Amino acid sequence: MSIWEYANPVKFMRTSGAVLPWAVAGAAICTVAGLVWGFLTPLDYKQGATVKIIFLHVPAALMAINIWLMMLVTSLIWLIRRHHVSALAAKAAAPVGAVMTLIALITGAIWGQPMWGTWWEWDPRLTSFLILFLFYLGYMALWEAVENPDSAADLTSVLCLVGSVFALLSRYAVNFWNQGLHQGASLSLAPGERMAAVYRYPLYLTMAGFFLLFVALLLIRTRTEIRRRRLAALLAREMRK
Amino acid sequence: MKALLMRDLRLATRAGGGFGLALAFFLIVCTLVPFGVGPEGGQLSRIAPGILWVGALLACLLSLDRIFALDFEDGSLDLLATAPLPLEGAVAIKALAHWLTTGLPLVIFAPVLGVLLHLPSPAYPWLLASLALGTPALSMLGAFGAAVTVGLRRGGLLMSLLVLPLYVPTLIFGAEAVRRGASGADPVTSLVFLAAITLGVLALVPFASAAALRVNLR
Amino acid sequence: MTTRLAVRDLAVARGGLRAVEGLSFSLSAGQALVLRGPNGIGKTTVLRTLAGLQPAVSGEVEAPAESLAYAGHADGLKSALSVTENLRFWSDVFGGPGIDAALERMNLRELALRPAHALSAGQKRRLGLARLMVTGRPVWLLDEPTVSLDTASVALFASVLRDHLGQGGAALIATHIDLGLPEAEILDLTPYRAGPARRDSGMRPAGFNEAFA
Repeated sequence: MSIWEYANPVKFMRTSGAVLPWAVAGAAICTVAGLVWGFLTPLDYKQGATVKIIFLHVPAALMAINIWLMMLVTSLIWLIRRHHVSALAAKAAAPVGAVMTLIALITGAIWGQPMWGTWWEWDPRLTSFLILFLFYLGYMALWEAVENPDSAADLTSVLCLVGSVFALLSRYAVNFWNQGLHQGASLSLAPGERMAAVYRYPLYLTMAGFFLLFVALLLIRTRTEIRRRRLAALLAREMRK
Repeated sequence: MKALLMRDLRLATRAGGGFGLALAFFLIVCTLVPFGVGPEGGQLSRIAPGILWVGALLACLLSLDRIFALDFEDGSLDLLATAPLPLEGAVAIKALAHWLTTGLPLVIFAPVLGVLLHLPSPAYPWLLASLALGTPALSMLGAFGAAVTVGLRRGGLLMSLLVLPLYVPTLIFGAEAVRRGASGADPVTSLVFLAAITLGVLALVPFASAAALRVNLR
Repeated sequence: MTTRLAVRDLAVARGGLRAVEGLSFSLSAGQALVLRGPNGIGKTTVLRTLAGLQPAVSGEVEAPAESLAYAGHADGLKSALSVTENLRFWSDVFGGPGIDAALERMNLRELALRPAHALSAGQKRRLGLARLMVTGRPVWLLDEPTVSLDTASVALFASVLRDHLGQGGAALIATHIDLGLPEAEILDLTPYRAGPARRDSGMRPAGFNEAFA
C-alpha cells in the first residue's frame, strides 16, 4: 500500500468521501470556537480592540502562503509522476488560496487603518501579498483559458514552478525597496518577541480551523473537478463513436 | 542558430514587422505622464526613474505576442521543433532577437525621454546601465509568457497577466538603481541584484519556455 | 536493405483519448507507404507523433537521430521573405544541401526573388515541399502533401518523391489521392482504431479523458 494509490480517482473519491464530513465538522468547530474565544480575549494595552482582527488575519495569511506551496508540490507531482488527481487538486486549491490572500489583504487594510493611519501602505509584507494575489489570478486564468485539460495541467504546473521562484524573489526585492511598518512575525520563537498566551492559544485554534477549512474546501472542489472530468470524458467518448 | 537570428531580425525590420512600434509607444507613455501629473519640473524629475522604467517595461510587453504567435500560425514552430536546433536554443535566440529589435532601441532612446522628464543628470549613466542589464530579462520572461499562451485565442491579455508579476523584481531593482543614481546614493547594489536576476533568468527560463512550447505544439 | 523507420505496437492519442493503437510497420530505404483511413482516425496524429511533436502513449519508434522531416498542413513560410530567403533559412537550420537543386526541381527558379505573400496557394505548397528537399533528411513524413497542387504539380511532386526514394530515402504519406506511385504500399489505419480504454489493464491513461473515463 503506497501513498500513490490515492492518486487513483476511484480510490481518492472513496477516501475523500469518508474524510470530508470530519474535515467539515473540525473546521466548523475550530474556527467558530477560536473566533469566539478570540473575541472574548482582553484588550491589548497598545492596540486596543483592533488586535482581535489577528484571529482572521494571521490564519488567512498563513494559509495563503501554504496553499501556494501545496500547489507547487502537487504541480511537481503531476509533472514528475503524472497523477491526474494531483493536477486537479492544484487547480481546486487555487481559488481557495486566492480568497485567503484577499482576506489577509482586506483584514490587513482594516487593521492598518487605526494602527498606521492609512488603509493601504506599500509595506513589504502587504505588497508581497498583493503580488502573490496576482500570481493566483494568473494561475487561475490560465486554467480557464486552455481548453485541453492535459495541456492546461502541464502549462499551469510550469507556471506554478516559475511563479514560485519569482514570488520568492519579489518577496525579498520588496524588502530592499521599502523597509515597511509591519510588525515582525506573530509567532516568533525567540523569547521576548512572543505574543502573550491569551492571544496565542485562540490563534492556534483559528489556525487549525482555517487549515481544516482549507482541507474541506480542497476535498469538495477536487471531488467536483473529478466529477467534471468524468463527465467530459464520457462526452468525449460519446463523440468519438 | 545564426540563421534563425538573422531571419527574425529581417522579419522584424521588414514592412509589417512592427519595428519601432515599441519605441513610439514608449514615447507616448512618457509624453502622457506629464499631462497626468502636471508640468512641474521638480515633481517630474522625482518620478522620472519610475516612469522611464515602467514605460520601457510596457513597451517591451507590447510586442511580446509576436515572438511565437506568427511562427505558430504558419507552422514554422512545428518545423523548428523538429530541426536539429534544440528548442531551448531556439527560444533563447528568439528572445535575443526580440531584445535586439525592442529592448536595445529602448535603452538607446531612454536618455532622450529622460530629458523630457527632467531626469537629474547624474542618473543618466545609471539609467543606461540599469536598462541595459534589465531589459534582456524582460525579453526572456516575455518569451516565457508568449510560449505559455501561444495557442490561445485572446492570449495577449492573459499573457500580460502572467508576465507582469514576473517583471516585479527586475522593475524594483532597475528603477531603484536609477533613483539612487539621481539622488547621489550608491546604485551599485541594485545593479548587482539586477544583473543577478537577469543572468538567472537567461540561464533557467529558456527551459521552462521550451517545455511550455512543447506542450502547446502537441 | 536498410531499415529507415521501425514502429512497434505504437499507440497515439488525440484530445486525451487513444486514437490509434497496436500500429506496427517498418519503412526501408526506397520504400513509400501511404496512410489511409477515414477522416478523424488519426493520420495526422500518427505523423506528428513520429515526428516527435507529441509523445506516444505506448510503443516504440526506432529511427536514426534526426532522420525524419515532417511537412504538415502549414508550410512554415514567412510572407515577408522571398522564396530564396525562405528556402535558405530552412536549409541553414537543418544543415542540409544547398537550395539550388530544390529550386530547380520544384520549378521555382523563376519565382526565386518573389516574396512569399505574392505566391499562389499551389506555388506556396511547392515551396513547402522544396523545403523537404533542403533538410537533407532521408525519411519524409508528409501530411496531405498535394493539397492545392494542380495535376502537373502533383506529377512533378511524384517524380521528386520517386527520385528521393531512388536515392535511398523513404516516405510516409497521408493522402487520399492517387500520387501515381504504383510502387507505394498502402497502410489502412481502420483496423488499428483504438477501442475504449480498459481500466483494469494497467495501461497508463493517455490523458484526462482516459484517466477519468
